[in-house]
Amino acid sequence: MTHPTAVLGVPTSRPAAGSPVLTVSDLRVSFPGEAGRVHAVRGVDFTLHAGETLAVVGESGSGKSVTATAVLGLLPDDAEVSGSVRLGDRELLGLSDRRMSAIRGRDIGMVFQDPLSALTPVFSVGTQLVEALRIHQDLTAAQARERALELLDLVGIPDPRRRVDAFPHEFSGGMRQRAMIAMAIANDPEVIIADEPTTALDVTIQAQVLEVLRKAQEVTGAAILMITHDLGVVAGMADRVVVMYAGKPVETGTADELFATPRMPYTIGLLGSVPRLDAGDRTALTPIEGTPPSMVDLPAGCPFAARCPVAVDRCRTEEPALRAVTTGAAHATACHRAQEIDAPGGIPSPGMFPTPASPRRPGGLPRAERPEVLRVTNLTKHFPLLRGSVFKHRVGTVRAVDGVDFDIREGETLALVGESGCGKTTTMLQILDLAGRRAGSVAVLGKDVGRLDGRGRRELRRDLQVVFQDPMASLDSRMPVGDILAEPLRTHGWDRARIAGRVPELLRLVGLLPEHAERYPAEFSGGQRQRIGIARALALDPKLIVLDEPVSALDVSIQAGVINLLDELQAELGLSYLFIAHDLSVIRHIADRVAVMYLGRIVEAGDVEDVFARPAHPYTQALLSAVPLPDPRKERQRRRIILQGDLPSPADTPSGCRFRTRCPKYRDLAPAESGRCDTEDPAAGVLGEDHSAACHFAAALEVL
Amino acid sequence: MGRYLLRRLGNYAILVFIAASATYFLASFTLHPDINYLSKNPRPPLHSIYTILHGYNLDPHTPVCLRYWRWLTGIVLHGDFGRTYDGASVNTELGRRVLVSTELLFVATVLGAVGGVAVGAWNALRQYRPSDRVSTILSYVLLATPVVVIAVGLRTLDTAGDGPLVQYIGMYDPKVHGTLPVVLNNLEHLVLPTLTLLLAQIPFFSRYQRSTMLDVLGSDFLRTARAKGLRRRQAVLRHGLRTAVIPVMPLVVYNVVLLFTGATFTEEIYGWHGMGEWLVDSITSNDVNAVAAVAIFTAGIVLIAGLLSDLVYAALDPRVRT
Repeated sequence: MTHPTAVLGVPTSRPAAGSPVLTVSDLRVSFPGEAGRVHAVRGVDFTLHAGETLAVVGESGSGKSVTATAVLGLLPDDAEVSGSVRLGDRELLGLSDRRMSAIRGRDIGMVFQDPLSALTPVFSVGTQLVEALRIHQDLTAAQARERALELLDLVGIPDPRRRVDAFPHEFSGGMRQRAMIAMAIANDPEVIIADEPTTALDVTIQAQVLEVLRKAQEVTGAAILMITHDLGVVAGMADRVVVMYAGKPVETGTADELFATPRMPYTIGLLGSVPRLDAGDRTALTPIEGTPPSMVDLPAGCPFAARCPVAVDRCRTEEPALRAVTTGAAHATACHRAQEIDAPGGIPSPGMFPTPASPRRPGGLPRAERPEVLRVTNLTKHFPLLRGSVFKHRVGTVRAVDGVDFDIREGETLALVGESGCGKTTTMLQILDLAGRRAGSVAVLGKDVGRLDGRGRRELRRDLQVVFQDPMASLDSRMPVGDILAEPLRTHGWDRARIAGRVPELLRLVGLLPEHAERYPAEFSGGQRQRIGIARALALDPKLIVLDEPVSALDVSIQAGVINLLDELQAELGLSYLFIAHDLSVIRHIADRVAVMYLGRIVEAGDVEDVFARPAHPYTQALLSAVPLPDPRKERQRRRIILQGDLPSPADTPSGCRFRTRCPKYRDLAPAESGRCDTEDPAAGVLGEDHSAACHFAAALEVL
Repeated sequence: MGRYLLRRLGNYAILVFIAASATYFLASFTLHPDINYLSKNPRPPLHSIYTILHGYNLDPHTPVCLRYWRWLTGIVLHGDFGRTYDGASVNTELGRRVLVSTELLFVATVLGAVGGVAVGAWNALRQYRPSDRVSTILSYVLLATPVVVIAVGLRTLDTAGDGPLVQYIGMYDPKVHGTLPVVLNNLEHLVLPTLTLLLAQIPFFSRYQRSTMLDVLGSDFLRTARAKGLRRRQAVLRHGLRTAVIPVMPLVVYNVVLLFTGATFTEEIYGWHGMGEWLVDSITSNDVNAVAAVAIFTAGIVLIAGLLSDLVYAALDPRVRT
């Protein structure tokens, strides 16, 4: 490989590998808030060494992003910052904007979360990259452009000469994030700060982008400070980890130590609550009860005490400091009882957090004998592709859903999974929109919705309900919870007395209290709001609930509780779920059957255990292999199938097999064989009792 | 592109035709050009009044459809908008007034748009600081003040001392001779009406600009621009303002274009005989052909404003191009 400075053309004197490049000590940040001062960061210490990757992990509100922003000096003016941030031997806190600007982008590169909003929409990618170069380097326009092309090539933008003048909206999410990384490494920084760099991306794209980030680190030799909530990503990327809770590090150590022998109950709980793709049977997840404390007036003592199953009186009065687990060790934790955890005769970490019993499912009838709740046959939805703002005109057809078949039987969960743009949302909307015109047929409880009249459709709405992704946006913030729950009942003509009885019942059903009916959605946490959304869906005693990414907006520790709730409700009420999701680990936990979508088609479907253990379609295999496991050792050993490129536009689907343009198997086929993929659209082939895949060369492959 | 442009212009022609015809009929039914002659003292003989009006296609005894047909064919075949009630050519009057309005409005609208955007952006950057609060209050005071009051108020201010500081009645002082003195005198006469328009326009645009700018100031891409090493001011100007100005542009374009017939009070009060003044004067003087001409002109500029605003938007925002 070329020497880094040759690639980037910036002669720099590098700090030797292993020497500290960024030292943060006793960093504290507070903001004025409506309820009082918000103490977002309350004393963070860490050292980032040359060439290493340090992950700062935490849930929303833990102060991890504020820490990163403080390092860059980009906090709003009203933030109060104290402590010290040293880059090499320069103190960064308190530098003027002018001095700090000379460091930002040159010594510290930054990759933000959402690559769409993080690039200026009105300038081309090339312009923005050239700007990043010319701020810090004395280059002519032509030289800078040349360098920009090299950088785009380095981060894997295909055909950079053509793409350099494209605007951000013409790039896919993955490509935009690649461009962000190119910008971050443009001036060969010593430190790259990546704030949730892959959170907004699909798993297969996440795998690509993490690969690019690793390459960027290799080329620049930079240290990476990675801010993330995803323990899987941490396991695959980080050398060392800092776990944050309520504005403070509560545990630090090498990734191996932290994942193998966590010593802080919060870390233990967090690791336990993550749904795992490599888990065996469908078991209940272990949630961490409660919610993180308010950062305005923190209670005395350990901020985690209220949620900690092993808290003692001391925990409620005295906040523990971060101490080495054994003298001199790098592994440190802020817990009074750290010495007891997993010690002989102490507190064993497995089972520390109570796992609810898995709901007992009625053994019931075999699948084939249970009644059909939903049957979708050859569902097709095409949209006209319009162009132009001044003059709208049709230039093509977007085949959002292009012939989808599946069925759901009573009491089971079918997960519809796929990456953005695969058509899962359109499929869902087609099912929910009973009245709409469509090609193909949708039958709910055996009734073809196309043949129903208005009255019949209204009746059917009772049996078909939906829970949306965003628990904030899907509840009217001006309605008390009681009214939100009563609304579907009133619509369907329930009288006042029956409604008054039903509302408390619903609240109890989802683990809330009847007196919560008086409150407004804003008074609830995200997890509680999602419970309200579920209660609303349950109000009319439906048979089928469509769950549209119901937990993807929630933190893992909260998510586990909601998943368990859905599981219990299903067992108790005999519900059927259509679960729309992109998170395969969640699906493994909740679904009985899974259907994998790609470009408007189902490419593989069947029993979850079968599909996950023996995926037969190359796309399913790639999808599963792209999901990072929260286990550093396993992560290091896994061979990842990295898909090339992006999802083709559904307006321009490839001939023959739709997946062939990205298919790893197709590339290895002999021309005689691959010709079949070019011309012949594969039909779903049966592989097992309940397992089918639409691939000419379907063959099981273990990828976990 | 060309084909769509043609189609759109074709639609516009139809809309203008409908608007103009409707106005013509409405004006013909409600306005009575003969009053201008009947109220003269001494009153001219009735016979000659209607002969004169007949010559201008304004005779109420001619069936309205016939008058309409003559008017329409005059425009379509000869580009002739007819005669005013006193026999002047509507075309000449229209041409003259468009020029007068253009002169009056050009400086005011350019300064108004630039000033409004600048003030709005500046306020957003200093949100809730004293300068922003003062500016907010002042904006609302000005927005709430009718233009008449502003215009008359400025005149009073001006005459508070010993005679006017600047001259303001009409376009220029008719007593001045020679090209350069006339031009200078004309510019002097431009000061107060321009100021009046600016005081109405700047607060208006600045409020919109302030709020779009505030949206942009918290945006991720501005943070990216600073993370690249741009200083706050550079980032805000290069990335922030450039983006925040886009949603304000349609508003600016519409207002600027529609001011052509909207600066009525300013023109009336300062004695500029432009389109805005004509809009009102033609109605008070029962001048059917002039009213219809103003209507065609207004309909035309409304549609042009729409087209222009779309084009400006597309030019500024790559996301809506393609």
